[in-house]
Amino acid sequence: MVTQSGLPKTSTRPLSPHIQIYRWTLTMMLSILHRATGVALYAGTVLLAWWLLAVATGPEAYAVVQDISGSWYGRLVLFGYTWALFHHMFGGIRHFVWDTGRGFDLKVVEILARFTTIMPLILTGLAWVLAYMYMGVL
Amino acid sequence: MSSMRTPLSRVRGLGSAKKGTEHFWLQRVTALANIPLMLFLIATLVTHVGADYETMRGFIANPIVSVVFLLLICSALWHMRLGLQIVIEDYVHGEFTKLLAIVVNNFFTLIIGVSCALAVLKIALS
Repeated sequence: MVTQSGLPKTSTRPLSPHIQIYRWTLTMMLSILHRATGVALYAGTVLLAWWLLAVATGPEAYAVVQDISGSWYGRLVLFGYTWALFHHMFGGIRHFVWDTGRGFDLKVVEILARFTTIMPLILTGLAWVLAYMYMGVL
Repeated sequence: MSSMRTPLSRVRGLGSAKKGTEHFWLQRVTALANIPLMLFLIATLVTHVGADYETMRGFIANPIVSVVFLLLICSALWHMRLGLQIVIEDYVHGEFTKLLAIVVNNFFTLIIGVSCALAVLKIALS
């Protein structure tokens, strides 16, 4: 392996440390999760398209969606999808606060981080309690 | 040190990519729009998970719901296209693979967008 400048890669220059070196912090985890949920939601649009196309196609196509989304693993995906939506939304709201130039104080950063972690969990739980109440299960 | 930039380029403020802050700004505008739109999507999920075919179709066929769904598709997909482009630019380093990934990102967004929009329109107009 040779770098662009032609020097061998085994030179003694120090490498910058990567994530496994650092002690994990909440803010660091949230930064990673914001990206991860974003990418997951990106992939999840396939499910949105599938669901809408199934409704547009007819009862047989919709029945397949219903079977899968009604199974335990289907529900698990929907639950995860709801959480990812809420999590990315709250992460985005936190970025809006930062965009105004506010909230960079360490204390505020910690409070915002906790808020961004807890609120999506509460709201996801609440959404699914309501969903099961609508279905008449609860 | 004097600037090498022409006065015109400084006034336009579009930088070397000729896009200026367009990407950043649209990411924020779509993010703002996504807040109410995604809450609507979650509300739809909460009230319709397990709903039968007629109920589901009837709900989306409602003109207000169809319009919100079309807006939701536009805003969410535009936002995710911009977002994934940043992810690609951060992690894909080969010039060719990066370009290819960005093109695939655009194609994916269009395929999903046209599929969703067609489905909603078909439900709404039939």
